[in-house]
Amino acid sequence: MIPGVALVLGVVLGLILHPTVPTGLEPYLPIAVVAALDALFGGVRSALDRSFNDKVFVVSFVANVLVAALIVFLGDQLGVGGQLSTAVVVVLGIRIFANAAAIRRHVFGA
Amino acid sequence: MNTRLRRLMRPRASRAQLLIALLCALLGFALAVQVRTAGSDGARRNARPEDLARILDDLGARSDRLRSEVDQLRVTRDRLANGTDRSRAALMETQHRAEELGILAGTLPASGPGVLLTISDPQGKVRANVVLDAVEELRDAGAEAMQLAGSRGAAVRIVAATAFQDDPAGGLRIGSGRIAPPYRLTVIGEPATLAPALRIPGGVVDTVAALPGARADIVSAARVTVAALQPVATPRYARPAATPTPG
Repeated sequence: MIPGVALVLGVVLGLILHPTVPTGLEPYLPIAVVAALDALFGGVRSALDRSFNDKVFVVSFVANVLVAALIVFLGDQLGVGGQLSTAVVVVLGIRIFANAAAIRRHVFGA
Repeated sequence: MNTRLRRLMRPRASRAQLLIALLCALLGFALAVQVRTAGSDGARRNARPEDLARILDDLGARSDRLRSEVDQLRVTRDRLANGTDRSRAALMETQHRAEELGILAGTLPASGPGVLLTISDPQGKVRANVVLDAVEELRDAGAEAMQLAGSRGAAVRIVAATAFQDDPAGGLRIGSGRIAPPYRLTVIGEPATLAPALRIPGGVVDTVAALPGARADIVSAARVTVAALQPVATPRYARPAATPTPG
């Protein structure tokens, strides 16, 4: 409940303040958001599986974001930043789909 | 499933929960910001390459057009600046000319090297024709500005139209003024030319000296001032001709 409210609160804050993203951070923000979304869906799924663990969620959330950003950074340094970003998004997208499917099975029983 | 979902929705406050909430808030914030950022310049980011090429072509053509406009305006500016310079030069030339004509017409005071001719005439024997001769002689010698003063009356600027008459009451009528001896003629011109012109044998000095009691003295000066002015007379009938006749 509290995380859901916090999520909505964060969206509202972002819409009200709409800060400009620093140029150095611009390539990483979308990837970090997708990675965090993946962690969020994973957390919801584990909660429904009764295997939710606070520590695991926090660590996986932070690690997901950091690793995704690191991969994009590495890709930028290697000159394949665009492709690696796409790869990260594809992988995370597949995971989000899988988690969403699990959640769906839990919620709707189908 | 509903009990599990309900359990999930139940608020539970613990440190870990707050941390998770913080992370979720951060995620929401980043999500909103990213959506905004991507939406602001998304139009061009998602445009097809051919569209981008077309936009680039348009911009190039526009910048070419603006550049040629800049060149044109610069040429216009240079021309206007030149015109200003030329009209300023014409104005200065005109002012210079007006000053010269003012000195000739006697409407402007003048100063410069020249001579002072003093004609003392205690017996009143010097007539207008003698003074006129002196003035004519000085004009021939290149006098540029003259004024005549006497013991009575204001100094009179001598110009082309100045009349010289004997005054029946004694003294002279010069133009509209009346003056009495001794006469002081202030002349601007080359002193080395003016003084000899007056002193030539049979000239002004000799003529004056031949009159009883009268004598003429000439003093050259590096700087004399002709301050008497001729009033500006606006011609009633004469008008400038449209085109100056050649010759």
